Amino acid sequence: MNRINPISAGLGLKAEHYQQALACDTQDLWYEVHPENYMVGGPRLAWLERMAERHALSLHGVALSLAADVEPDALHLRRLRTLIERVSPALVSEHLAWSTWRGQYHPDLLPFPRSFEALQRISDNILRTQDALGRSIALENPSHYLHLEGHDWDEIDFLTELVRRTDCTLLLDVNNVYVSAHNLGFDAMSYLDRFPAKAISEVHLAGYSEDNQASLLIDSHDAAIAEPVWMLYRHLIDRIGPRPTLIERDGNLPAFAELLAERAIAQATLANAGALP
Amino acid sequence: MNLSLGQFQDAFIEALYQRPVSALASLSGQAAFAVYRNTVMSGCVEALRANFPSIETLVGPGWLHEVASAYVQQTPPKDPRLIHYGAAFPDFLQTLQASHDLPYLADVARLDGYWCEVFSADEDPWLTLDDLTGMTATDLARGHLRPRRSVRWQWFDPHPAYSLWRVSREGLPWSPEQPWVAEGALLSGDSHGVNHQPLDIGACAFLDACAAGHSLQVASQLAQQCQPDLDFSDLLGRLLQTKVFRPLTFA
Repeated sequence: MNRINPISAGLGLKAEHYQQALACDTQDLWYEVHPENYMVGGPRLAWLERMAERHALSLHGVALSLAADVEPDALHLRRLRTLIERVSPALVSEHLAWSTWRGQYHPDLLPFPRSFEALQRISDNILRTQDALGRSIALENPSHYLHLEGHDWDEIDFLTELVRRTDCTLLLDVNNVYVSAHNLGFDAMSYLDRFPAKAISEVHLAGYSEDNQASLLIDSHDAAIAEPVWMLYRHLIDRIGPRPTLIERDGNLPAFAELLAERAIAQATLANAGALP
Repeated sequence: MNLSLGQFQDAFIEALYQRPVSALASLSGQAAFAVYRNTVMSGCVEALRANFPSIETLVGPGWLHEVASAYVQQTPPKDPRLIHYGAAFPDFLQTLQASHDLPYLADVARLDGYWCEVFSADEDPWLTLDDLTGMTATDLARGHLRPRRSVRWQWFDPHPAYSLWRVSREGLPWSPEQPWVAEGALLSGDSHGVNHQPLDIGACAFLDACAAGHSLQVASQLAQQCQPDLDFSDLLGRLLQTKVFRPLTFA
C-alpha cells in the first residue's frame, strides 16, 4: 500500500485508535504518523508495519530541523531511510522550521528569519535529505506567532525558491495559514491564492485554540477544524484541484468515528473538485 | 537584528530557557514568545509523564510537573525519539530524596525507564528450549548465554521496588500483606509488548554474569553462590520461556 489517491483524505494515526484504524475499510483511507515515534524497534514498529500492509502511509517528520544552521543529523537520516524502506510510505514530509540545535532537541517548530543565508542553508539541507532518503520530500509552511525582524524573503517566494532549487514539493497547512494570518495580520485568502499550486503534494487541516490573553491563535491540533478553515480549504481546492488532504488531531482526541466524519467532509470536497471538468 | 542564522539560533535557545540574552530582547519581549516556551516545556514534561507513569501515581501530578520542569531546564532531550527521554531522571529523583522522602522512588523510576528501553529495543533472535535438544551437559556448560537487547533486570535492596512499580503502573491498591523486602525484576520485550516478572537475587546474579560474558557454568556457579537454594533448572526454563537469551554461542 504505497500510493495515495489524490482524491482522498487521510487521518493522523494515534495509538489510541490503532485497532479501529487498522480494521477500517473506508475506501482510500490513508494515515499519517510522525516517523520519530517509529524509529525504534519493538511493538510500535510492528504495529506500523501491519498498518502499512492494509493502508497507505505518510511519514510527517518533526525533527529533521532543516532550518537549523547545520547539516541534518546523519544518524537520524539513516534511521528515517530504514523506516521508509520498511513501510514504503506514499508521502514523506518535514517542516520549514528547526528544532535540534547543538545536540539538543527542543520539541517545537521554531521560527527563523527568512534571510538569503537561511535560504542557502535550507536548500542545502533539503538536497542532503533527499539524497540520503533517495526520494523527494514535501515541506510544510509553519505557523507564526512572532513578529520577526530580518526577513529578506516573503514566505511564499521563499518556499517557491526552495522548490526551484531542490525539486521538493510543498505541504500546505491551511490551518497554519489561518492561524498565522490572524497572529501576524495578513490576509489568509490572498496567501492561499499566491501559493504555488503545482508544487502542492499534500494539504493539512487541523483545529486551533485561542490564547485570549495574548490575542493569539495557537496551532494546537486539539479541536475540530474551524469553519473559517474549512472555507479556506474549499476555496483552495476549487482553485488547485484535489490533493491528498490530512485531518490532524493530537489533543482532546475524540472517538475514531468522529474523526472519520470530519474526514468525510474533506473527502466530499475533494470528490466534488475531482468531478469538475 | 543583525545576526547570522547560527547566532540567531544560539540566542533563541537562550531566550527559550529564560537565560539572560540581550540579542533577541525585541523578540523574547513579545507575549507570543511564551508560545514557544510553553510548547517546548510542555512537550518535554509530557514526555517524562508518559515515560514515568508510576512516578506520577506515587507523587501526584503537581509534584511531578514541578520536578519534571526542573529536570527539563537542566537536561533537555538530546534525541527526538522522546521515548528515550529521561535516562537520568531516576538519578535526578534520587538527589531530591529529602523533598519527597520516598527512598524507593528512584528505583521505581528505573523500572519505568527499563520499560521504555525494552518497549523500544531492536529485536534480536532468541534461544528456545528446542535449540538445546541433543546438547551434552558439557557442551552446555561451556556455552555463553547473552541476554537480548530487549531485556532488563535488577535486584533492588532493601525495598520491594518491583511490587511498588507494578501496582503504581497498573493502578492497583497496595496490599497491607505485601512483605516489605528486597525484590528483583525482569522485563522482556518483543514485537507483541513487554512482559515483566519478579526475579530472585540468584537469578539477577546469573543474568549479570551472563551479560558480563561468563560461560553458563561459571554464571550458574555465581548464581548458586549468591543464592544457595536457587532452583537453577526451573530458572533456566523460565528465562528461556521469556525469550531472555540470544542463540547460544561458544566464543
